[in-house]
Amino acid sequence: MIVIIDYGMGNLGSVYKSFKKVHENVLISSSKKDIEKADKLVLPGVGHFSNGMKRLEELDLLNLLNHKVIENETPILGICLGMQLFAKFSHEGNVNGLSWFDAEVVKFDVTDKLRYKVPHMGWNSIQIARNNVLLDEISQSELFYFVHTYHIKCLDNKDVLGVTNYSYDFASMIQKNNIYGTQFHPEKSHGKGLKIIKNFAQKI
Amino acid sequence: MYRPRVIPALLLRNLGLVKSIKFKKHRYIGDPINAVKIFNDLKADELVFLDITANKENRKVSLDFVKNVGAEANMPFSVGGGIKTISDIKEIINAGAEKVVLNTFAFTNPQFIKDAVNEFGSSTIVISIDVKKRFLKGQEVYIYSGTKPTGIDPVSYAKKIEDLGGGEIILNSIDQDGLMSGYDIDLIKKVSKAVTIPVVALGGAGKLTDLSKSIVEGYASAAAAGSMFVYHGPRNAVLINYPTKEELQDLVL
Repeated sequence: MIVIIDYGMGNLGSVYKSFKKVHENVLISSSKKDIEKADKLVLPGVGHFSNGMKRLEELDLLNLLNHKVIENETPILGICLGMQLFAKFSHEGNVNGLSWFDAEVVKFDVTDKLRYKVPHMGWNSIQIARNNVLLDEISQSELFYFVHTYHIKCLDNKDVLGVTNYSYDFASMIQKNNIYGTQFHPEKSHGKGLKIIKNFAQKI
Repeated sequence: MYRPRVIPALLLRNLGLVKSIKFKKHRYIGDPINAVKIFNDLKADELVFLDITANKENRKVSLDFVKNVGAEANMPFSVGGGIKTISDIKEIINAGAEKVVLNTFAFTNPQFIKDAVNEFGSSTIVISIDVKKRFLKGQEVYIYSGTKPTGIDPVSYAKKIEDLGGGEIILNSIDQDGLMSGYDIDLIKKVSKAVTIPVVALGGAGKLTDLSKSIVEGYASAAAAGSMFVYHGPRNAVLINYPTKEELQDLVL
């Protein structure tokens, strides 16, 4: 069972719809029981970093998530804010995250403010940094849909799976052991996005 | 390889798709859900739906409609029309939209932009600005679906939207709407230069070079169009269409 964690951060409909296309048993839930039983987890999310952490705390999910992801090594896919929450610290609200990656979340600091508007909204490509099963059948030039004002900055380059350029290069895909994250929205990126979701649901 | 978005902007009246000229002469185009299916096949970047009579009829855009679009659309979409409360936005987002578009109510109650951004994050809150030329000189913002002049200059309003935390601006030229003779590039450029948030050009696009011009010369972050994506040929036959992948490639900066 794949559980999409519902912690009140944004619309989960399109994430659910995409996972349903490639997997039979998908559930949107915030219940500890469901999360405990999950074979795979998805942490989506749109909104403010500190609200995201606060809601996870309010739902009392922090210990459970650490137990599932770090001790049990349950595969988890973070999308957008969900991925950013994997970092140690965010400058959006100056709060600590789940700390699964030696990384921090910073605001876009573009030099050409006329050409590169923030939020970074639109289609952009990924330069694949290293092979991973999540990227099976994904080539270098594919475009994915991004909407974000902050981005993750990995202190350990080994964690970076893909890089995207928007005024400068930033990590748009990360991975460490069983933990996967995409800054872009695979669920809103047509066929190639669905491929990534399929890879996570079926191959990992 | 950042590619600015190309966005079909679709107008709704009584749950049917319509297309206007200068915000008037609305012509029925067809069923919006059918259009979504075609735009799926054509792999459109994003869709915008604006219910142009919601405000006048003192209601908001139909949630059933948003749900139906959400069930079909493989791309992000935003929805506007008569949105006045935080719970309106919540319902629309929960029904499947990625973003909401505010217009008249945001203009008359700017604090609402701030409240909405605090609740949903700036990237969810889009503000559309309808602009029309003044009789003698300059341009001003219009509200209530282009029926009421405000006397406010679009550049200063755009700056205010940015200060309030708005995530994106859809800049629509009433004068160019439906003409398919090109965007008001000067207007787009003036507003884009004044703010650091994305500006979406709308009103007047008729061909591919119009789209790229709004981006290259106007510094728009996205090019939106209505007529161009619903009409075909010199007689404006209704035919949903969208640039090919190769054509879109030319928009890469």
